[in-house]
Amino acid sequence: MTSSVINTQPRLRQQTKVKWLKLLKPGLCLLPFAVFFYLFQLAPMLWVVVNSFLVEQSWSLDHYHEIFNSSFIQQGFRNSLWLATWSSVIGLAIAVLLVSSLRRINSKIRDGVIAFTNMSSNFAGVPLAFAFIIILGVNGALTLLLKQYGLIDSFNLYGQWGLLAMYVYFQIPLAVLLLYPAFDALKDDWQDAAALLGASSWQYWRRIALPVLSPALLGTLIILIANAIGAYASVYALTSGNYNVVTVRIASLVSGDLFLEPNLAAAISMVLMLILAFITLINQWLIARSYHAKS
Amino acid sequence: MPKANVNSNHSAIWHKTVVYGIVSVMLLPILATLVYSLSSSWGATILPDGFTLDWYGQLLSDPRFLAAFGRSLLICSASLALSAILVIPAIFVVFYYFPKLDKLMNLLILLPFAVPPVVSSVGLLQLYADSAWPIVGTPWILIGTYFTIALPFMYRAIANSFSAIHLNDLMDAAHLLGASTFQAFWLIVLPNLKKGLLASLFLSFSFLLGEFVFANLLVGTRYETLQIYLYNMRQTSGHFTSALVMTYFLFVFLLTWLASRFSAKPAAISE
Repeated sequence: MTSSVINTQPRLRQQTKVKWLKLLKPGLCLLPFAVFFYLFQLAPMLWVVVNSFLVEQSWSLDHYHEIFNSSFIQQGFRNSLWLATWSSVIGLAIAVLLVSSLRRINSKIRDGVIAFTNMSSNFAGVPLAFAFIIILGVNGALTLLLKQYGLIDSFNLYGQWGLLAMYVYFQIPLAVLLLYPAFDALKDDWQDAAALLGASSWQYWRRIALPVLSPALLGTLIILIANAIGAYASVYALTSGNYNVVTVRIASLVSGDLFLEPNLAAAISMVLMLILAFITLINQWLIARSYHAKS
Repeated sequence: MPKANVNSNHSAIWHKTVVYGIVSVMLLPILATLVYSLSSSWGATILPDGFTLDWYGQLLSDPRFLAAFGRSLLICSASLALSAILVIPAIFVVFYYFPKLDKLMNLLILLPFAVPPVVSSVGLLQLYADSAWPIVGTPWILIGTYFTIALPFMYRAIANSFSAIHLNDLMDAAHLLGASTFQAFWLIVLPNLKKGLLASLFLSFSFLLGEFVFANLLVGTRYETLQIYLYNMRQTSGHFTSALVMTYFLFVFLLTWLASRFSAKPAAISE
């Protein structure tokens, strides 16, 4: 009706006014949602952004200077990034292997494995850390088994390799659940067609499957990295906060027993978010350059 | 043809090996915890000495465990009830009156994903600790923050159900038959959402039950939930904590099973 030309100005205005009044009531139904979302999601974020630039009530970059001068905080970032990168890459590789094979086996087993993956994605945080202590701790069954066969001298679960193992463990279910639908893009005939044309299995994966999957792979990788960088419960439960990752640094600055520095914690949070944003941007750029964008 | 058969046989074996291999490694921590929770003692040996159900008995008769479990159930139920009350009308309004807002909503619900809980806690602690509304240390702040955690899942699941039901046609039909908008929403739209809603509720319940970061940083021992109790029990016997972990996991298993039961049916129809 608004598109008709005969509408005179005043009538149009009246109509828009009536329309506004009509939408006021439904708009009010959005209000409670908006209030809660603001109170528990937006307001804390805004607090972090603003207060990272505040020192004693005045604007300053001191907290950021402190981060760039503190080797301790930088070590936290390095450890976090190291764990996040490797656990994401390894987790993704294992997930690709699993999903590509899953699509080739009997559907009953497949459904069972997917259901199991769904469930094990909940096996994270504190319970996971405890399970790892049982199997890979100093007297863990697996540690003893590997020692007996002379495969390892000792295994320090509470250092970077133990943490990496645990991170990979909680990345795999997430990666599988994210990748599984993406493999629909691969038609079953393609591999046969490639084989008929003389391509080896490796060539098929290298030249056809991986390029087709690349947007999904990159997208999954970014979620895995964000998941690993933000992880806190599992590291904290495994090492009681003694291993220096950035989330443990932030938490100890706001909830430790001494030296509370919420504004420094806010600045570290900001750097963390910037790193995540930067990784996402690179990722978007890579996706834009990948197979699907070209076709 | 025979050559192809040999090939497919080979690849079938390969695919089975891969799947079973990875799944058994993934099962290892869970099975080890289960065995540990059932063994009377398991010291510096590869296999346990004997089996018992004592640890479960001890756990289930610990009033502190029961209290923590009850608190967790209470908080999760309360936050999911809050989420449902806030999210369903909001999605209805967005889909029926402001369809253009859906894009903005899809962006907003990414925030709880993109911002790690530790970062949110920094702001939450300062805003609600010594302010006019001192809810830090009380279950109230957990209910509010758990709403944000559940939001992306609930929004996606319910929005999917909304797009599947031809909302405008349903509402027009109801209006024609003399129903008010509220009646149409309550009697027509809501029953149609039931499955998607229940699936997302059970799923959200299962991961809210495992939430540790907010519970630890914002409330801690002042209102001991299941995960906090689990963490505080770390110094006690490993068998006891294993029984605790397995009890928790059994519960999660039940919830994910319920969720899949409710979400499996529409998927079967769409196939």
